[in-house]
Amino acid sequence: MGKWIKKLLGVVTALAVMSSGAVQAKDTIKVGVLHSLSGTMAISETTLKDTVLMLIDEQNKKGGLLGKKLEAVVVDPASNWPLFAEKTRELIEKEKVDVIFGCWTSVSRKSVLPVIEELNGLLFYPVQYEGEESSKNVFYTGAAPNQQAIPAVDYLMKEVGVKRWVLAGTDYVYPRTTNKILEAYLKAKGVKAEDIMINYTPFGHSDWQSIVSDIKKFGSAGKKTAVVSTINGDANVPFYKELGNQGLSAEDIPVVAFSVGEEELSGIDTKPLVGHLAAWNYFMSVDNKDNAAFIKQWHKFIKNKKRVTNDPMEAHYIGFKMWVKAVEKAKSTDTDKVEQAMIGIKVPNLTGGVAEMLPNHHLTKPVLIGEIQEDGQFAVVWETEGTVPGDAWSDFLPGSKDVVADWVKLKCGNYNTKTKKCSGQNYK
Amino acid sequence: MLMCMPLWSVAQTEATDAVEQTAGTTSSLSEALSGLTSRSFKEKESAIEKLAVIDDPAVLPILKVMLDGKLHYVKETGEVVFVEKTEEGYEITHAETGEVIGTVSKSKLKKIIVNNKLRRQLRGEIAQLSIRNPDADIRMAAVQEIVKNIDEQSVAILEKLVAREKDSDILELANVGLALWYVQSEDKVTRLAAINTMADSLMPSVKASLENILETDSDLEVKAATRRALGKIEEKIKYYAFLENLIFGLSLGSILLLIAIGLSITFGVMGVINMAHGELMMLGAYTTFVVQQMMPNYINTSIFVAIPLAFLVAGFVGILIERFVIRFLYGRALETLLATFGISLILQQLVRSIFGPTNQAVETPSFMSGSLEINSIFAITYNRLYIFIFAMLVFAILLLILKKTRLGLQVRAVAQNRAMAKAMGVRSEWVDALTFGLGSGIAGVAGVALSQLTNVGPNLGQAYIIDSFMVVVFGGVGNLWGTVVGGLSLGVLNKFLEPWSGAVMAKILVLVLIILFIQKRPRGLFPQKGRAAEN
Repeated sequence: MGKWIKKLLGVVTALAVMSSGAVQAKDTIKVGVLHSLSGTMAISETTLKDTVLMLIDEQNKKGGLLGKKLEAVVVDPASNWPLFAEKTRELIEKEKVDVIFGCWTSVSRKSVLPVIEELNGLLFYPVQYEGEESSKNVFYTGAAPNQQAIPAVDYLMKEVGVKRWVLAGTDYVYPRTTNKILEAYLKAKGVKAEDIMINYTPFGHSDWQSIVSDIKKFGSAGKKTAVVSTINGDANVPFYKELGNQGLSAEDIPVVAFSVGEEELSGIDTKPLVGHLAAWNYFMSVDNKDNAAFIKQWHKFIKNKKRVTNDPMEAHYIGFKMWVKAVEKAKSTDTDKVEQAMIGIKVPNLTGGVAEMLPNHHLTKPVLIGEIQEDGQFAVVWETEGTVPGDAWSDFLPGSKDVVADWVKLKCGNYNTKTKKCSGQNYK
Repeated sequence: MLMCMPLWSVAQTEATDAVEQTAGTTSSLSEALSGLTSRSFKEKESAIEKLAVIDDPAVLPILKVMLDGKLHYVKETGEVVFVEKTEEGYEITHAETGEVIGTVSKSKLKKIIVNNKLRRQLRGEIAQLSIRNPDADIRMAAVQEIVKNIDEQSVAILEKLVAREKDSDILELANVGLALWYVQSEDKVTRLAAINTMADSLMPSVKASLENILETDSDLEVKAATRRALGKIEEKIKYYAFLENLIFGLSLGSILLLIAIGLSITFGVMGVINMAHGELMMLGAYTTFVVQQMMPNYINTSIFVAIPLAFLVAGFVGILIERFVIRFLYGRALETLLATFGISLILQQLVRSIFGPTNQAVETPSFMSGSLEINSIFAITYNRLYIFIFAMLVFAILLLILKKTRLGLQVRAVAQNRAMAKAMGVRSEWVDALTFGLGSGIAGVAGVALSQLTNVGPNLGQAYIIDSFMVVVFGGVGNLWGTVVGGLSLGVLNKFLEPWSGAVMAKILVLVLIILFIQKRPRGLFPQKGRAAEN
């Protein structure tokens, strides 16, 4: 109830300010939180809302920012993609927020994009995604494909000796694009077309019998086989259960997943999953001072010692710290000033390295491969040396090979080095 | 952790084999063990190699515990220990000597992490060490493991086994393993004999090996024999693939039946469009979760407690819905639809507020995991098997209730002609409430089954509501048998389409087919007959 009253008050004060007509100096800096609190995505996004609230709370205890307190404005886009655009408009036009932390799925981001560009807002997007995008108004703090998918495939190829590949995904934009990139990458590495099997399933697919049986047959051709899974959150539980029941162990056919993290595992009986892999830029199990402090802070804030931390939470952590630094550097919350101040800012990540914001609005990140343990945590079995710079436009897709994003020199998120043209933002 | 203790005795008889493989032991046990505490997986690998050739009964249990990922070492001293959780803390036992060291806190211990490569290596070593186990099942598992990797060493082990083995299944498998090796021999006669042995096996590696021979071998006679063997194998594979699709289809069908059968009572018999049907299943699934939370040490039994409890919980909620909402809306289908849709949202949010938005982990009872292996390419998973049986049981019980009990008689009477039934003294309101409760209770029971297959979260119901309506409409409204035939045939149809069209397309095709079917026969497979069906 308190939230409603707060929201109502927010609206009332906003109206009052508007009607008085005077542009007064605001005494708070408003931070918009655009994460679904109901509907299908609530399962993942509620945690991120809490993370942002925790970070704001911490910053306020330190004395706020530019001498002002931070104020969170939480809205619920209810897992409804068009509503994301409407709520963005509400946050920027009505609530006058200075920055928004939000979105999870790529479709929600794509729906916000035209609005945030039109109103010149600022969005921090914390989830690993398919790339092929760089907007002046968005900072991508999750992994680009070259910071998750490609290193994971490299690991399987070189360290595990995988020769045959199953690319399994849920039927929507992120898996389709990622698999397109991976297929091109594998073929460039000399994998034959008959050694690649691509499979798509509907959202929330629960009957995996036939597909797992197909994978089993595909994997019994005498060559080491692995599954690269871009299967979306909810469908994973029945998928792994079926794998376990049909006797496909991680030693025979390992599954490396890009959407299964600690949060997803905490809703699963993990016994049949032990040994399967996930590629992320952060694991809760990483032994590091900063990480331990972050976990402690999270447990204290959420008042539940059993709650886990995960990769998108780290992305918000890094994004928030960067934004704070950029605002301090620019001495203003003005979008254009902060945007330029952001680039080049360095913040220690939670795994012992440093994240730097690059001119293409992506981060440098380490890539970690973890094996699922029985307690639902990951044991890191491989990691890149140092960090990998995020690449907005994949080098393995014919259309985007020649495209680069640079918001410092070129002032363009979609610059074609062949035609020497900035074709503007690509909404495909 | 308890299990590693009785293994000691078994290990003693088996360890003798380990010595036979390589001449003499090279390093001491403690030296090899200290290698396990290294952070590098490479060093652990060589430590396991060293361990496996040491003639010591302590080796096998150490390897087994390590495979389970439960081997620890003491951070300060580097001693490798077995750990057992007790009430005071963690009791540690020296892995080498079996001496109890004492009870320590968890922070003093570090787990020895294994990865897939090590697990594979461990399985291989354990198999070689347990090949002399008196238990035939353990020997079988060991041979299965060894056959996966045929090299000179494993051939030597298999040959020794063949000489003394009595069990015919193990012998057969070992011989196939040997044939996989001898098929690469220089001698033509040996090759032909090996191919003959392989022709009877359905093991995937056999087929891959035969295909390889067909491509590389230059001898015509060998080629012909290979072709014959492959033909035989492929024919069997085709047969089993058909059987597999059928079983998969029946299994999917049984789930469709379970989720639809409750609806076929509320929608079919009573004519209420209940959009909250999925949420009643969700309540059943959450009941399973709560029951498991209350009896964490009796997961196997918990499921039998959960079934009746889920029936009661969902049935009770169903009766509440009927008494407070639906009974005011009888005969107004659209309003019922909207009202129950509202109820479904309320129930979802209620669960979200109580249990949180995240999914809950429901454990699978041990008897429901794994699969019944018929042969190496055909297996039926236990959870599907039990759910199929369970669905049939639920259907049978429901049929009995409707056909043989007084309540059933009254339900049918009210469904056929409400006014007449009332005139005969049936308390129709009371019957309505109980019927709705019965349908809802069955939905709850279906939820228990679903908790074993999919996510238990607030959105569980939404995923199934469309499917359940589809089955009821297809099968014929108001007919339980229609629901059975409808559910099973939709499941089988889906599974036969899926390999050919992909999962996304199969779903669409099934939907299109149903629409076409309904155009032709608007009342479904088994339409209700008589005057009651006309209005």
